[in-house]
Amino acid sequence: MDISVDITAHILVPKHSKMSMEEANALLEKLNISINQLPKILKSDPAIHNLNAEVGDIILIERNSPTSGKANYYRAVING
Amino acid sequence: METVFKKVGSISFSLLSPQQIKKMAHVKIVTPELYDKEGYPVEGGLMDTRLGVIDPGLRCRTCNGKLKECPGHFGYIELGRPALHISYIKAIYVFLQTTCKECSRILLDDENIQKYQGKIDKLKEMGKDDLIPKVSKLARAGAKNVKKCPHCKAKLNVVKFEKPSTFMEETKRVSPIEILERFEKISDADCMLIGVNPQYARPEWMIMTVFPIPPVTMRPSITLETGERAEDDLTHKLSDIVRINQRLFENINAGAPEIIVEDLWDLLQYHITTFFNNDIAQVPPARHRSGQPLKTITERIKSKEGRFRHNLAGKRVNYAARTVISPDPKIELNEVGVPTLIAMELTVPERVTEWNLDWLKTFIKNGPKVYPGANYVLDGVKKKKITAETQEVILTELTPGQIVERHLLDGDISIFNRQPSLHRMSIMCHKIRVLPGKSFRLNPSVCNPYNADFDGDEMNLHIPQTEEARAEAEILMEVETQITSPKHGLNVIGCIEDAVTGNYLLTDDRTEMTKEEAIELLISIGVEDSKKLNKFKKKVTGKEIFSAVLPENFDFVNDKVTIENGQLKSGQIDPKTIGEDNGTLLRDINRSYSGSECVDIFGKIFKLGIAYLQKRGFTITTSDADIPEDIREKAKTIISDAITSANDIIDQYEKGKLKNLSGKTVEQTLELMVMQKLNETRNIVGKMISKTVSDTNNAIIMSRAGKGNVLNLAQTSILVGQQALRGGRIERGYKNRTLSLFREHDKSPEAKGFVRHSYKNGLNPVEFFFHAMTGRDSLMDTALRTPKSGYLYRRLANALQDLKVEYDGTVRDANKTIIQFAYGDDNIDVSRSENGTIDVKKIVNEVSKKTK
Repeated sequence: MDISVDITAHILVPKHSKMSMEEANALLEKLNISINQLPKILKSDPAIHNLNAEVGDIILIERNSPTSGKANYYRAVING
Repeated sequence: METVFKKVGSISFSLLSPQQIKKMAHVKIVTPELYDKEGYPVEGGLMDTRLGVIDPGLRCRTCNGKLKECPGHFGYIELGRPALHISYIKAIYVFLQTTCKECSRILLDDENIQKYQGKIDKLKEMGKDDLIPKVSKLARAGAKNVKKCPHCKAKLNVVKFEKPSTFMEETKRVSPIEILERFEKISDADCMLIGVNPQYARPEWMIMTVFPIPPVTMRPSITLETGERAEDDLTHKLSDIVRINQRLFENINAGAPEIIVEDLWDLLQYHITTFFNNDIAQVPPARHRSGQPLKTITERIKSKEGRFRHNLAGKRVNYAARTVISPDPKIELNEVGVPTLIAMELTVPERVTEWNLDWLKTFIKNGPKVYPGANYVLDGVKKKKITAETQEVILTELTPGQIVERHLLDGDISIFNRQPSLHRMSIMCHKIRVLPGKSFRLNPSVCNPYNADFDGDEMNLHIPQTEEARAEAEILMEVETQITSPKHGLNVIGCIEDAVTGNYLLTDDRTEMTKEEAIELLISIGVEDSKKLNKFKKKVTGKEIFSAVLPENFDFVNDKVTIENGQLKSGQIDPKTIGEDNGTLLRDINRSYSGSECVDIFGKIFKLGIAYLQKRGFTITTSDADIPEDIREKAKTIISDAITSANDIIDQYEKGKLKNLSGKTVEQTLELMVMQKLNETRNIVGKMISKTVSDTNNAIIMSRAGKGNVLNLAQTSILVGQQALRGGRIERGYKNRTLSLFREHDKSPEAKGFVRHSYKNGLNPVEFFFHAMTGRDSLMDTALRTPKSGYLYRRLANALQDLKVEYDGTVRDANKTIIQFAYGDDNIDVSRSENGTIDVKKIVNEVSKKTK
C-alpha cells in the first residue's frame, strides 16, 4: 500500500515512535498488564506507516495535553 | 425444594426442531375453548391442567406439583399448513437466495465450495470457531444473484421478499410448503457454508409445522373483583391460532376450494406472526376488543417496559419515600426536612441493648400512630407488628438482641436523590429534620447540584438500614463532601438570589449601623460569639458584620476582595466570591476547614445575606430604567452612527466595492461586518450605562449582585438590539425579504431584525414581530434540545459506566484494559483541586505561614 500524503507532517498528528523491546517490556511490567490490555492501533494506520511496525510492537505517542502539557500514550499494533 | 448451585460455563442458542417440540410437549392441544360450563379447564384446551397450574389448591396433572412447585409444561399443536417464523424471515430469505430451487445445493461452483470449506475446516482445527461466520458471510455473498445453478444447471429466478412474510419468484408465490421442501434437501455441508450449524439449527426448522404451546404459568389469568376471569394476552393469541388451525384442518379435510384454504392459511400465518411480534411494519397489530394492542412475546422483552429494562435492570426498594420538594432557607444545607407522616412510615432498625432498652420502650409505648413511635419489632426471623393489642406483650418481652424499627428522628442519616441522576451530586446524604407539612424541605443552596426547582419537582429519600450503609453514606456522600465539583474543581453549592444581593449590599463601603442593630442581626442568624460581638464599636460597618461570620484565621485575596485574619478589609462580596460555580471565597473555606465547619459558615453567610436584605428591603421601580438625558442623547447618536455605518457597508456591497474576507463570499462578509457593527452598539451602550448610572440603581445592583446583566438594563432603557436567528440576521419569510413591506433584497438593519427602540419606550410592529421570532425560536430550541441531549447523555453514561481510575492512576474498563494511562493526563482529582490545577506554591506558602 502506498500513501500519497505523509500525515505525520501535519500539525495535528502527534509524534509516533516504535518502542524498543526493552522499553516495551518495561512498560508492560510497570503497568502490570499483558500486551492485549493496551489500546490498539492498526498496522495500516497512516501515522505509523513509516515506522515498519509489526504486530506486537508498541507505539509511543507523545501528545500535547491541555492539562499536563505533554502526555505519553501507548498503543499495541494489531493486524488490519 | 432442593437448591443446586452451578456456575454457567457457556450458553449456546439453537432452534427447536419439530421433533424436539413434540418431545418436550406433554399435551396435544385440540380445542380453542378454555373452560367448560362449570368453569373447569377443558381437557385438550389451552388451560389444560397438564400445562401447569395457576390456581391455588389445584395440582398439575403432569408433575403433580402445586402452584409455585410446578414450573409449567409445554404443549403443542400440529399446524394444518406450515407457517413461517417471523423472527427468522431474513434468514429464510437468505437461504432462498443462496440455494438452488431444484437441487437445493448452495449456488457456488465446486471450486468455491472447496475454497470456503477449506477455510472453515482450517478455522475449526485452530479452534477459532468464532471466526466461521465471517467465512460464511463471504460464501453467502458469492452465492447470491446466480442465474444458473452450477450443479444441476437449472435456470434460476430472482427471489423477491415481500414484507412481511411472502416470497415471490417472478410472479409466482413460493409457499411455505415449497420452502420447506427445498430446505429439507439442503445438505449439512452446504448449511455450514451458508452459515448455520446443522447440529443446532436446520434451515427447515425456521418454518413451523408443529407449534409449541407455552405453559400456563407464563400466561396466568387474573380474576377480577367481579369474579370474571381475564386471560393473558398470550392466551388470547394462542386461542386465535388454535381456532384458525382447527378451521384450516376442517376445510382441508372437507376438500374445500383452494382459495378458502389459502385465506385461512394466511390468517394462520398472521396469528402466528403476531404471537411472536405484534409490532411489525405492514402487519396490523392484533388488538383487544377495547382497541389496545396485545402484548405478545417480543413486547414482553423489548424496550423500557420490557423484561430487561423494567425487571432486571430496574429494581425497587423499601424504606424509601417520594414527594414534592419546597425550599426552607432556615434549615442547614446538609439537612432535609421530612414530613411527620413520612417520618412515621420510614423506620430505622435499632438493636436493643441493656443501655437503650428503656429508651426504645418509649417508642414502643407510642406505637405506630404517635410520633416518635415504632412500627415493628424483629425477634430473630419473626417480625412482630406493634398494635394496640400486641403492645403490652412486646413491651414485656423486649430483650437485648431484638431489633426495634423506630420512626425517624432528627439527625438520622438519609440519602436524598433527584432524577435524572446525571452526576454524583445528584445523590447526597442528608440529616433528617422532621417538620410539619407534606413536602420535603431542602436548603435552596443545594438546588444547584440536584438541578432542582420548586415548580412541582419531586425527590426521593432512602433510609440506609445497616450500620455499614450509614457509615458509607455519611463518609462518602454527605453534602459537605460534595461541595467541590469533580467537573471543574469549583463549588457547586453557594449563595443564590437574595443571599448574594444581601451580602453585596451589606459589604458596601457605605453600609453602617448601630451596635444594637448589628448584634440583633447577627444573633438572629445564630452568631452568638460574645467575643466577636463585644468588639463592635458604637457604629458598625457592614464589612465588620460580614467578618463576624468568618473564621478568625482565614485569609483570602482576589482581584477585588481582601480578607486578613477573618476581617474583610476591602472589596464588596459578589457572585464571584460567594456565588454558585465560581465562588472562590467559598471554595477556599471549603479547602481549609472541615465539612461541618463549612456547613456552619456557608449557612451563616447565606442567612446573613437574607437577614440583611430583609432588614434593608430591595425592589425595582420603573424609574430605575430612566437614563439621564445626556446619556440617552449620546446613545442615540451611537445607534444612528452604527446604522449609518452599516448602511455604508451595504452601499459598498451594492456598488460591488466590498472585498470578501478570506474563506467567505461577499454576502457572508457583508452579513458578518453588519452584524458586528450592530452588535457592538448594544455592548457600547451597556458599558456606557454601567459607567455612568448611579450604583444605587436597583437594576445595576441586580446586575452585579445576583442574576442579570447590564445588557438587561440597556435593553429596557435604550435599545433591544439586533435579533439573531440561527447565528445570523433574520433571513426567512417572504421571497428575498423578511416582510412584505420591505423591498426584495433589502439588507438594511431595520429590514433584517434590528430593534433600535427599548422595551420601556416600546417596539414598533415590525420590531415586535422580529423580536417574537427569536423568542419563539429559542423556546422551540430548548424544548427540542433537552430530550435529545438527554438521550445522548444516557448512551454515553451507559457506555462509560464501568470505567474506573485504578490505584496506579490508569483508567481502565471492566476487563482491566487501559483506556487512559493517567487520569486526565495529570492524575489530578479535580474535586480536590482548584479549578483543575493544584497550586503547589500557594500550599507551601500557607503551610509555612501556619508553622511560623
